[in-house]
Amino acid sequence: MSSTFETIANIIAETCDIPRDSIKPESHAINDLGIDSLDFLDIAFAIDKAFGIKLPLERWTQEVNDGKATTDQYFVLKNLSARIDELVAAKGA
Amino acid sequence: MRLEYFQLIDRIVDLKIADRKISAEATVPVTSTIFEGHFPGFPLMPGVLLIEAMAQTSGWLVVATYRFDRMPFLAAVKDAKFRMFVTPGQKLSVKADLVHQGSGYAVTEASVVLDSKTICDATLTFRVLDFPNDEMKLRMREAAALVGFPAEVPADA
Repeated sequence: MSSTFETIANIIAETCDIPRDSIKPESHAINDLGIDSLDFLDIAFAIDKAFGIKLPLERWTQEVNDGKATTDQYFVLKNLSARIDELVAAKGA
Repeated sequence: MRLEYFQLIDRIVDLKIADRKISAEATVPVTSTIFEGHFPGFPLMPGVLLIEAMAQTSGWLVVATYRFDRMPFLAAVKDAKFRMFVTPGQKLSVKADLVHQGSGYAVTEASVVLDSKTICDATLTFRVLDFPNDEMKLRMREAAALVGFPAEVPADA
């Protein structure tokens, strides 16, 4: 998980010009780091490339809109890291 | 090009979904009111319209990839470079590669070529959404026919 977090934290720092030190596993990408949906597309693109996956952003958004999930589940970075690990594992299965 | 209708390409000349590539022809009109302002006495095709030509070409590729089920909307333009002047009457080739198809977004690398020289290029990001309404989908079908978009896009086109 830690290496996944390091990778996405570096991506966020570079993509959004956010100081790397301020990006923590507990940080919420939207609420704490102020990343908007357009910037998140850049982050998703970089994550997709880095991990060889396709973040299911549309499904996640739908689940949040339907009240089936909270944004914390997908946008708190330690949780995002866990979701990415799951996607990578599923790809290799 | 029919600038007054914001149609920036004339014809799709090659569309290969399997290769994620498209190319189109676009001839800059000899006369247009745009050239009265850009620039008086020295008419040049505005760079923003070259970006739009790349966006429209990329857009048709994305539309084809989604089998006309979804609609791309331009969301970001990166690293746009304008390397040469484009003047009235020039026949351009507009090319795009789909470099990533994400969840609800797509990224293309596009260029405008004149006489084998790249004169403009950029990386474009699109949000890919359901058509907002049936009328738009119908109108886009009509617009597609005008630029030679294939009525049926085979999987390996």
